[in-house]
Amino acid sequence: MSALLEVTGLHLGYGRTTAVKGIDLSVPVGGVVCLIGANGAGKTTTMRGLAGLLKPTAGSIRFEGADITGTAAHRIARLGIRQVPEGRQVFAEMTVDENLHLGGLQAPDSAEFAKRRDLVLERFPRLRERLSQQAGLLSGGEQQMLAMGRALMGAPRLLLLDEPSMGLAPLFVEEIFRIIGDLKREGTTILLVEQNAQAALEIADYAYVLESGVITLHGPGPEIADNPRVAAAYLGGH
Amino acid sequence: MLSQQLVNGLVLGSTYALFALGFTLIFGVLRVINLTYGFYFSIGAFVALTAARSFGANIWVALPLGAIAAGLVAVVADWILLTRLRRAKAGELSSLMVTLGAVLALYSLMAVFIGTDIQRFPFGFVDNSAIEFSGIRISLVQMLIIGTTLVLVALLFVLLQRTKLGLMIRALAENEDAARLMGINVGLTVAAVSFLSGMLGGAAGVLIGLNFNAIQPFMGEHMMLRGFAVIIIGGLGDIRGALIAGVLLGVLEVLTAGYISSNAKEAVAFTILVLTLWFRPVGLFGRAQAKRA
Repeated sequence: MSALLEVTGLHLGYGRTTAVKGIDLSVPVGGVVCLIGANGAGKTTTMRGLAGLLKPTAGSIRFEGADITGTAAHRIARLGIRQVPEGRQVFAEMTVDENLHLGGLQAPDSAEFAKRRDLVLERFPRLRERLSQQAGLLSGGEQQMLAMGRALMGAPRLLLLDEPSMGLAPLFVEEIFRIIGDLKREGTTILLVEQNAQAALEIADYAYVLESGVITLHGPGPEIADNPRVAAAYLGGH
Repeated sequence: MLSQQLVNGLVLGSTYALFALGFTLIFGVLRVINLTYGFYFSIGAFVALTAARSFGANIWVALPLGAIAAGLVAVVADWILLTRLRRAKAGELSSLMVTLGAVLALYSLMAVFIGTDIQRFPFGFVDNSAIEFSGIRISLVQMLIIGTTLVLVALLFVLLQRTKLGLMIRALAENEDAARLMGINVGLTVAAVSFLSGMLGGAAGVLIGLNFNAIQPFMGEHMMLRGFAVIIIGGLGDIRGALIAGVLLGVLEVLTAGYISSNAKEAVAFTILVLTLWFRPVGLFGRAQAKRA
């Protein structure tokens, strides 16, 4: 498998503080890669950097072989890198349908747009029931589904999921991971950031452990899950 | 007498509403109190005047010309003055001060070129006739002002609620980062918002210039104080609120001038403004503050 996303020596920071200090990571076509780490390790900063919301101070990001370091966020989205941001960030004052429309703004034509919308509504039947409801009035789990549906409306070549299970009821967590599993089977390339390391490592082909802005460990999902240090720090001990 | 006053108030209120609309659109979407807005009003009126004088344009040509010119000025002004501040995520006070300085400079510059004397549209620019029914007199100019305001307001609502651009503008108003993640080009969308609001300000300038038939560089400054009152009374960033507050203010001003004293007219806007801020700081029609958080 060739690498869809190739990150080398990436540094990211806010003002004078550097939150991500030279990480390397690679996401193969059709693979699911997860990035685990404690709060404040730099996971969300990494995701913001990959989406173009934060300009790297050093290092490079290559997507499908092309250098996209420092490219504006809207261009990155148009290339097919779609992010489901931390905290969902749905457009709360707009309807569910309008949120989906925004996700599909870049669809080449209305037929393609309609096709994507049908697929999303098939995947998330709850959204179909609430199409004309204001997004801010949905439950947390429904908002997460909307945020994922919105990203899928962009027909992502690479899906960046930032803490999709955060703050959700257990039933919804299960459902979100079931959907990620479906997407994986269909061949969607995913980079997943999660605090729920157990569930993330079960689904991931490959995993990276991020600590204080540095990758301290990486390897195939099951191997990382079996690592005693990871087990103690992120899986609640064995 | 009263019904005639109400008609006059409605006309004045329409122009206030139209003026405030663009001002509140800028704040609602871009989160800046852009004081150069008053200049768009002056420049719109002045471009229409120039068109009328130089090639005999009538109102149907001069109004869109004035509006488009003001829209372009707004795009350039926003780009030059506020891009840096936006990038640095500077607070609202910085943009307020930058635009205050800029607008005073722009008025002076305009005064250098056209002087500060009051200028008038040439004879025949609009049909000056009027119609009368049951004792109420409405001039064609007054009907034009109300009609244009209604049309522009309706167009703005359709644009915001029913078009792709409107969807993008509302997305930007709500969450800039999320808008970027949708592939929305924020810079271009900001320019579109500036253009729209500049057009609304410019159109209001032409219509007010017409209503009083008096055009001079500082007309925008005078109007700006009213505009400020209107958007605060209506609730900052609230388009419907600005409309209602604008019309309300126009009617109250005319009634005050008619029944109390024309000198008291100036006090109306600011009395309501102070009362609004005391008793209902989110504006008469504003929803909870959370909306703007």
